[in-house]
Amino acid sequence: MAIGLHDSPFKNPVIRWIDQRLPVFTMMQKEYGTFPTPRNFNYFWNFGALAMINLLIMIATGIFLAMHYTPHTAYAFDSVERIMRDVNYGWLIRYVHMNGASMFFIVVYIHIWRGLYYGSYKAPRELLSMLGVDIFLLMMATAFMGYVLPWGQMSFWGATVITNLFSAIPLVGQDIVIWLWGGFSVDNPTLNRFFSLHYLLPFVIVGVVFLHVAALHITGSNNPLGIEPKGPQDTLPFHPYYTIKDSVGMVAYFAVFGFLVFFMPNYLGHPDNYIPANPLSTPAHIVPEWYFLPFYAILRAVPDKLGGVVLMFGSIAILFVLPWLDTSKVRSMRFRPIARIFLLLWTINFFVLMWVGAKPAEGHYVQIAQIATVIYFAYFLVVLPALGRLEKPLPLPESIARAVLGPNATLGGGPVPGAAAAKPMDKA
Amino acid sequence: MRVIRSLALAASLFSAGPALAAGSAPTPPDAGFGFAGLFGTFDRGALQRGFQVYKEVCAACHAMRQLSYRNLLEIGLSEAQVREIAAQFQVTDGPNDEGQMFERPARLSDRFRRPFPNEQAARAANNGAYPPDLSVIVKARPHGANYLFALLTGYVDPPPGVEVMEGMHYNAWFPGHQIAMPNVLNPDGVEYADGTPATVEQQARDVTTFLAWAAEPELEQRRRMGVQVLIFLAILGGLVYATKRKVWADVKH
Repeated sequence: MAIGLHDSPFKNPVIRWIDQRLPVFTMMQKEYGTFPTPRNFNYFWNFGALAMINLLIMIATGIFLAMHYTPHTAYAFDSVERIMRDVNYGWLIRYVHMNGASMFFIVVYIHIWRGLYYGSYKAPRELLSMLGVDIFLLMMATAFMGYVLPWGQMSFWGATVITNLFSAIPLVGQDIVIWLWGGFSVDNPTLNRFFSLHYLLPFVIVGVVFLHVAALHITGSNNPLGIEPKGPQDTLPFHPYYTIKDSVGMVAYFAVFGFLVFFMPNYLGHPDNYIPANPLSTPAHIVPEWYFLPFYAILRAVPDKLGGVVLMFGSIAILFVLPWLDTSKVRSMRFRPIARIFLLLWTINFFVLMWVGAKPAEGHYVQIAQIATVIYFAYFLVVLPALGRLEKPLPLPESIARAVLGPNATLGGGPVPGAAAAKPMDKA
Repeated sequence: MRVIRSLALAASLFSAGPALAAGSAPTPPDAGFGFAGLFGTFDRGALQRGFQVYKEVCAACHAMRQLSYRNLLEIGLSEAQVREIAAQFQVTDGPNDEGQMFERPARLSDRFRRPFPNEQAARAANNGAYPPDLSVIVKARPHGANYLFALLTGYVDPPPGVEVMEGMHYNAWFPGHQIAMPNVLNPDGVEYADGTPATVEQQARDVTTFLAWAAEPELEQRRRMGVQVLIFLAILGGLVYATKRKVWADVKH
């Protein structure tokens, strides 16, 4: 790259002065203005932007909550109640943060499912996908520690159960658990470090999200057809086409979010977390938040503790190697009639795991959880590797534009792509 | 089509909720509280009567440490009335300039006085059982207000063959049916200032309403704001969608 002032295309003298020295405006224009984006996105492609918005909402509300929260076992529960009662709009900030966690997982689960259905994890987007799994893991750690902070019964006992998982590690397990706790049980040192880490990890997430987006802007987005854009006739500038389409999704997202916050703020929570933590009284059923239930079901499906822990972490770790387990060259399930059926069954199975994760680990529930666990892994370890060789995919369209505009459209050099690209400038 | 599919996905996520709350206990019937619906509000008369029941009956054993006397202004009592109520209670303050703790009548800013200084004292006075704090009890029990109303009116004779343990009482709705709390609501156990007949059911209904308000004092403001937000989003959604249509009008996709 040449050294010296950047050759800025901007006319406004102030913007130009800055852009010559630090071309942030050029970068924004390139990455979010004219960025060539497949023209055939459906509304599933809203969820990446929604996840970004959700992260910012969580950080903003979290910063204000931290101003009023006291991370001490004797005061944590009461300080949360004080936020609910005496801090101006404290109830609103807390309910947004609390339900924001659920919204975040809803959005991210749909985002991940979109990737599974349209094969977004396949070459050349493997690293993009793996960074996404990193974000998911960080989110889970952050959400888990955040749930401990109000210091209710489920906070305390959830923390006890989950930290105890590490005792399954051979030889050093018990020492690791004591190290995690900062003592011999979940207590004030545990609460203090969870608060500290709960504040730290979201900013780590921001960093990995930056890498996720940076990698996305190298490969470009996947699309519902799963074929690469071949030229300008296959793409549209990100702005205004996808800024406005993301805005439509954003309003719908806020409507769902708002309905939860204002009309059923505790629906997704557990009543026991409004009982102050009591180390001497174990709740009848310890259940995690709904978004952890599928993985909790896998954990409890295995009779052996270490085996359960390995499978639970394995159920997410397997997503790291998914690009290499799926041997099919065809990305989109639209053209994979058999794989599509298996993915839909796997999706139903995910909800079965979620349902059984909330049930006590006894009787038939255990068997259901075991069968569902086998189905969960079989999709990745057996079905996808085998189908890549056995399945005959449907013929792929020649290009995105052909599929969208029909076989008779004139392509390349015609008025269609040029007009589409020029329009936003005319309107502005 | 794809939008519908994603909505169905979201809907099925929500339906996982009730499963979390479901325990082994039977589901109490809907008591028909006015604040229960999406747009429900608290009946001010019931709140004031409910506070009277709490003050004269429940407060003998149950604390509500998250509430201050000033909060009673929100249930429709005048400042003079609340000052008078607070002044009926002696609270410990201090230390004074001589280093001594002293008793004084409670003020608006004081928390509700607790019946026992600590959990041990509460257990000692209650046959070993700890009467829980009632500040957020409605949020802390599955089925919330419906459960509390069923519990308070659920003291019945034990079915034949059921042995009630020493010091325990049979209740149709308590998980396990053996509850340490005796049946404390009696017909005309309180005398309502507004002349409402103080049946057991009326007292239970009123005190449950009061406890629901105590658990969620922001409920009315929250729902009002929710309606405003959703109306705003509906209008904004229409405008944004129209803009989207216009932007995309000349692009086949």
